Amino acid sequence: MSESIEDIEIQLLLDAVYRHYHYDFRHYARASIKRRLLQARSQWGYDSISDIQSAVLHDENILPQLLNFLTVQVSEMFRDPSYFRALREKVVPHLRTYPSLKVWVAGCSHGEELYSLAILFAEEGLFERTIFYATDINPAALRAAQAGIYPLDRIQLFTENHRLSGGHSSLSDHYTADYDRAVFSKSLRERTVFSDHSLVTDSAFGEMHLISCRNVLIYFDRELQDRVVGLFGESLVRGGFLGIGSKESLRFSEHADLFAEFVREERIYRRSAQ
Amino acid sequence: MTLQAVVIGTSAGGVQALSQVLPRLPADFPAPVLVVVHVPPRLSNSLVDLFAAKCRLPVKEAEDKEPLAPGTIYFAPPDYHVLVEASGTIALSSDEHVNHSRPAIDVLFESAADAFGPELVGIVMTGANSDGAQGLRAVCAAGGQGLVQIPATAEVATMPEAALSACPDARTMALERIVPALEAMIAR
Repeated sequence: MSESIEDIEIQLLLDAVYRHYHYDFRHYARASIKRRLLQARSQWGYDSISDIQSAVLHDENILPQLLNFLTVQVSEMFRDPSYFRALREKVVPHLRTYPSLKVWVAGCSHGEELYSLAILFAEEGLFERTIFYATDINPAALRAAQAGIYPLDRIQLFTENHRLSGGHSSLSDHYTADYDRAVFSKSLRERTVFSDHSLVTDSAFGEMHLISCRNVLIYFDRELQDRVVGLFGESLVRGGFLGIGSKESLRFSEHADLFAEFVREERIYRRSAQ
Repeated sequence: MTLQAVVIGTSAGGVQALSQVLPRLPADFPAPVLVVVHVPPRLSNSLVDLFAAKCRLPVKEAEDKEPLAPGTIYFAPPDYHVLVEASGTIALSSDEHVNHSRPAIDVLFESAADAFGPELVGIVMTGANSDGAQGLRAVCAAGGQGLVQIPATAEVATMPEAALSACPDARTMALERIVPALEAMIAR
């Protein structure tokens, strides 16, 4: 089948966003991007993807809204509790051997993963020696992560996840309920650097002991996945840990040999020594 | 015709219904078969083991970036949407729930319709919601074939009824007719 007009328009839009704003979605998995752009088109009442392109090029106020369509992932605190349990039981004993720690939550979105790790590190007595880096390309998502406010109706799920992860504080120790919102404690983010960082275009920074980047790689095509896995390899200390999503794999990556499986079923890898 | 893929969506009563269909697929069935069943996110995917024991075709959980292979049955992993890329590879997504579901049938069907156009069959079976209706409409709009379980024979008729009202061109049939219908399409 020849390329559809919609597919041509999507390519042109992604090129335009890259050339004018330097946000690079050109190597994102296309089927998901297309679905999101069609949602944006219908929600905004445009007739075509080209209309979005015209709007975003001529009105920079459109860009943040477009970024929200292209990037926002709703996560959960302690999503996949068994992942956090494995961090707690198998990775933390290694982390304890370092006098100071750096943890990178790459693609932090609204911060659920960051707060989960901060709480886990506090429970395990590692919080005071850790600096967390929470990065995302979407400024609105970073602001949300920094605010640490979630709808109260999500707290029941977060609490259950936290319990299943082996949490030994009460989640309610870490937030205050305020009408229909839960506001997470400021102390949880006092050791966090929130920063704009693109896995697509930016380079490694700092020597991390743990990188948690879950359900981000699935949105990239194979070529971009390779770049990002290489970037994680460069960013980790030898023996440092990488956690990815439960249905993600380094198996197909050309940099797979940088890593050894550490907890296979939870997709926790360890940076090899070479 | 060349059949590039078969996509199947079902919810309440789906495991029983699939048991009437998937084991009947012959060992030389030429197209990949992708299945979305709504299951709670925490249940590990026991569907794969269940159907692997009953089917002549290989059965597996869909993996991100995996190229679709002929004659393989792929189940959506719990808590992930499954999409098909134009290149014929699988893409998982952790996007918002669609129709209160992740995986959602609409997400699979719409992406597959986009990837395969007329060389796709979409099948909607028993279920208590309307997921799959928009997806089946997309399959038919792209020139593909829509098949729907006869609502009266479904354990829960809501999903087949919704699919038929969104996509009146779809053919209704009893579950045991589905595999013969697929084989007839291939033979043509």
